Amino acid sequence: MAKFRKDGGRALPGLSTSSLPDIVFMLLFFFMTATSMKEVTYKVNINLPSATQLTKLEKKSLVKYVYIGQPKKEWVKYVGTESCIQLDDEFVKDADKVQTYIIDKRAAMNEDDQGQMVVSMKVDKDTKMGIVTDVKQALRNANALKINYTALGK
Amino acid sequence: MGKKKRSVGELNASSMADIAFLLLVFFLVTTSMSTDKGLARRLPPPVPKDQINEDIEMNKRNVLQILVNSNNDLMVNGEVLEVSKLKEKAKEFILNPSNSEELPEKEVGSFGSFGNVMYTKKHVISLQNDRGTQYQAYLDVQNALVAAYDEIRDDFSMQKRGKKFADLSEEEQKEVQKIFPQKISEAEPKNYGGN
Repeated sequence: MAKFRKDGGRALPGLSTSSLPDIVFMLLFFFMTATSMKEVTYKVNINLPSATQLTKLEKKSLVKYVYIGQPKKEWVKYVGTESCIQLDDEFVKDADKVQTYIIDKRAAMNEDDQGQMVVSMKVDKDTKMGIVTDVKQALRNANALKINYTALGK
Repeated sequence: MGKKKRSVGELNASSMADIAFLLLVFFLVTTSMSTDKGLARRLPPPVPKDQINEDIEMNKRNVLQILVNSNNDLMVNGEVLEVSKLKEKAKEFILNPSNSEELPEKEVGSFGSFGNVMYTKKHVISLQNDRGTQYQAYLDVQNALVAAYDEIRDDFSMQKRGKKFADLSEEEQKEVQKIFPQKISEAEPKNYGGN
């Protein structure tokens, strides 16, 4: 019986943490690949509308964004409370500016990709259609015909 | 000259985990997991400036006119309709299953591997909204119309090939799209109902 018993107290071996960095790096790379950077900081409030027939936006590099909604509180004193268009980090008063913006963005793209450009419209669900229609007309004039109304699944 | 074996000091890697955690947290905060999804639509090409706007006379039976006013009410071919019933109405309009005189005329066309198919070639869905319409209401209508087309294509693929539209080969998908093209025309918006 004594065979199994050792003399004296046993010291607990220290927990090896040498593999911890590997595990964390793995997580890190997972999140780096699976997520995407926020495109911009929103200056407008956007509650996305809901829909069922959704398609995924495929290539991020082909997508340009237009945001429409009511300005956030801290911007109200500059632009008022009316629904606004946001392009990149700026407010745009005039829907015609969207046209030049899209044309500029397209010119900066790779020539092969220019025809596949998609404009993603992120619009607050309570926005009136007037401003959306103006933007749509601007996009038509800019010949950016592929659009995508961003929405949440039901 | 006996050489002493020198042991290389081990690198202290205990802070590596901290660094990696820091990076991980940074990426978790700055990125968003959600991939964008949305309703894909195609806008009509711009109208040349010198073109005179002429209303093309269309046979009345071939047009499904949808009006959305600033109270988000729907009027379809002169009748008030709920958005929830729009999909069925659109499907009936596109397919014209009963060969009704009121609904679009059917024609026979030949489509690749599908052979001759009866379809409503000339149908057009005309969507017109007010400037005061709420965006969600507009998107609901768009969604219902896209859903109608998607279901029709699915039903047709099921019937002909026993597969869903998405599972057909690329060529077959193109043919089915040709049989049921999305013909949603959006007229210039008008201010009907005040603001």
